[in-house]
Amino acid sequence: MHAEEKLTYESWPAEPERSTLEAKNKFTGFWLFLGGETVLFSSLFATYLALKDKVPDSSMPLAKDLFELPLTFVATMLLLTSSLTSVYAIYQMKNFNFKKMMLWFGITALLGAAFLGSEVYEFTNYVHEGHKFTSSAFGSAFYTLVGFHGGHVAFGLMWCLTLMIRNAKRGLNLYNAPKFYVFSLYWHFIDVVWVFIFSVVYLMGMVG
Amino acid sequence: MSTYAQKKGFGATVWDFLTTVDHKKIAILYLLAGGLFFLVGGLEAVFIRIQLAVPNNDFVSAGAFNEIITMHGTTMIFLAAMPILFGFMNAVMPLQIGARDVAFPFLNALGFWLFFFGGVFLNLSWFMGGAPDAGWTSYASLAIHSKGHGIDFYVLGLQISGLGTLIGGINFLVTIINMRAPGMTYMRMPLFTWTTFVASALILFAFPPLTVGLVLMMFDRMFGSNFFVVANGGNTVIWEHLFWIFGHPEVYILVLPAFGIFSEIFSTFSRKRLFGYSSMVFATVLIGFLGFMVWAHHMFTTGLGPVANAIFAVATMAIGVPTGIKIFNWLFTMWGGSVKFTAPMHWAFAFIPSFIMGGVTGVMLAAAAADYQYHDTYFVVAHFHYVIVGGVVFSIFAGVQYWWPKIFGTMLNETLGKLTFWLFFIGFHMTFFIQHFLGLWGMPRRVFTYLPGQGFDTANMISSIGALFMSLGVIVLLINVVVTSVKNVKVGDDPWGDGRTLEWAIPSPPPFYNFKQLPLVRGLDAFWIEKMEGKKGMTPAEPLGDIHMPNASFLPFVIAFGLFIAAFGALYNGEHSWAIPVIVIGLLVTFGSMLVRSVKDDHGFHIHKEELMDDNDKGVKA
Repeated sequence: MHAEEKLTYESWPAEPERSTLEAKNKFTGFWLFLGGETVLFSSLFATYLALKDKVPDSSMPLAKDLFELPLTFVATMLLLTSSLTSVYAIYQMKNFNFKKMMLWFGITALLGAAFLGSEVYEFTNYVHEGHKFTSSAFGSAFYTLVGFHGGHVAFGLMWCLTLMIRNAKRGLNLYNAPKFYVFSLYWHFIDVVWVFIFSVVYLMGMVG
Repeated sequence: MSTYAQKKGFGATVWDFLTTVDHKKIAILYLLAGGLFFLVGGLEAVFIRIQLAVPNNDFVSAGAFNEIITMHGTTMIFLAAMPILFGFMNAVMPLQIGARDVAFPFLNALGFWLFFFGGVFLNLSWFMGGAPDAGWTSYASLAIHSKGHGIDFYVLGLQISGLGTLIGGINFLVTIINMRAPGMTYMRMPLFTWTTFVASALILFAFPPLTVGLVLMMFDRMFGSNFFVVANGGNTVIWEHLFWIFGHPEVYILVLPAFGIFSEIFSTFSRKRLFGYSSMVFATVLIGFLGFMVWAHHMFTTGLGPVANAIFAVATMAIGVPTGIKIFNWLFTMWGGSVKFTAPMHWAFAFIPSFIMGGVTGVMLAAAAADYQYHDTYFVVAHFHYVIVGGVVFSIFAGVQYWWPKIFGTMLNETLGKLTFWLFFIGFHMTFFIQHFLGLWGMPRRVFTYLPGQGFDTANMISSIGALFMSLGVIVLLINVVVTSVKNVKVGDDPWGDGRTLEWAIPSPPPFYNFKQLPLVRGLDAFWIEKMEGKKGMTPAEPLGDIHMPNASFLPFVIAFGLFIAAFGALYNGEHSWAIPVIVIGLLVTFGSMLVRSVKDDHGFHIHKEELMDDNDKGVKA
């Protein structure tokens, strides 16, 4: 199959993300890249755990003073739901239903943006409470780990929007289907990272 | 191809190389840039040996000495050894598996330009207020307090070039997984391809921790964070861990491809199948795996405690087993073979005892209790130079001589090649063998001078004379390159006459599409099998058809250049008001060109069957 072929619902392959050599390469390469990203985040988690609650003087807030369950819960729900909607989008992509795919990706992007909004709100609150990037090793490690994740979400948003705008008028083909698929992989990955942030940073922060 | 054989002006050639996505041209770029940095790093080594030749010397100041040793190590590892090996991987690996290009030609170019701009940025430090001076390991406890911008250059330059290396690693992995020719199963891949595969996997998992370490250091030095500021709760041991979780696998990232090169050379010039091929593959994978389990042996004296030290000591010694398997396999490959002592074979032959000595001192250092004696002495310096020079640099010299005809279409002079070998081999052992004893006698590493009458004088002088011999060896190689290029005697497909693997089945240098028809691989040493059956070339696995090729692009250069600009902004952050705008502009250039790349469709182009048939009549003139 060729990337430029015009396809119909009937001729659309079962795995459009892997049906050309270029697509197969992209698919394999992206999985490997996510392997590297896993190590990147592991290093950040390790750093965070080593520096958790390490502050220069006792007047500074610690993890248990800072984190609040309701806001974290909202953020988690937003991001987890956006992962689900991106699954629907890929389902529609495999069904060769371009419009519905775009709709679901649109919802995914909205949820992602809402998550980022809640994170900005959260960070602003912390800064007011004296928990800053430059105030302590704890602050540096916290904002670096959670901020790296937030940066990944922001990059993912731009990626999603670029894909949607670029392909708005031309429908699905074997050239752009792998691109949508790879984006959804990325989106799931940052969702998984968030699950770990939720457990290690927030839950362990409030309990431990 | 008419366009390819055309004579081009100088400007057109430069533009061609700036925009190329052809793995063979990118290989030449890697070899050129890596070779250049090798000369810079070598010059720094010569300065070190001049300074230490006699006691109480003042050839360079103490501060300058710190900068020179730091840049010598950093340059040799990141900007010379790895890129030159990447050059070989690019030049040879796709040919060995019967592929027309790598999986991501665009990313291949991007990887090169990131490495290049990172390297240039790092070396600009010499002209912009001083180079990094905290050693190539840049331990945070030193680096945080280093004055000036040296460390900032280190942190930013290595981030940029490290990104390029990571991209290159992923690219090689995907190429090997997805693009092998029909019949080229994993267990039929030449050993150089196998070691490229495992080294790339190591790159994928080892470089992110380095990146994180560098980012933390960058935040601390330029953006006011406190990761390594102990007074604010920071902890400098985090840097040591992150650095060595990268740093130890890095040793294998370097030495595994070296093993691969020697495996090719041993079997080619013993004119015998590599002994114990499957155990070689197994040993390679095992070394790659264990390479991640031993990082704390660099930190025995940090104080992690006896349990941690014991575990890491045992794991370290375990690596000796697969390495031993390899050594015996190479010996048995030569055993009973019809050995031809070409220049590459000289290097391969000398590699075995040299590398074993590095391995033996490695096991000595792995004994944690004894390490307290060796730590931070010249014994360590001798050890890692035996491994890296005796292993990696020897393999680079060997590989240059061995694959030069495939890459450039002409043979390096054998006599000059052997002269380089003898000068360098003698010089190498003269320089570093005595350093074992210097270390045991108590000379600490990284000191800029020493007093007379401590028993160090003669040994240091011998060591410095050795460095002179090594320099002469390199100069002879350069002369060899010039002489050969001027003569430019063209050679055929298989200039050694004993080629076993697929790269020797196609013209030297290969046409830009590599294989007109993908070859059918029938076993290990695919080309040798065909030759033994009296055939001249490979049996094609497909009918002659159109070939799909990627388009050239200038964007990789621009993307990398954007980061180069942004790095200057980060460097002067908090010092000049223009710093933040420069960061923004640089990142805009990078992300802007990434955006252009994603919205502009790039379908590549096709070479039509008819043109390929034309080539048949005229013979390929690549």
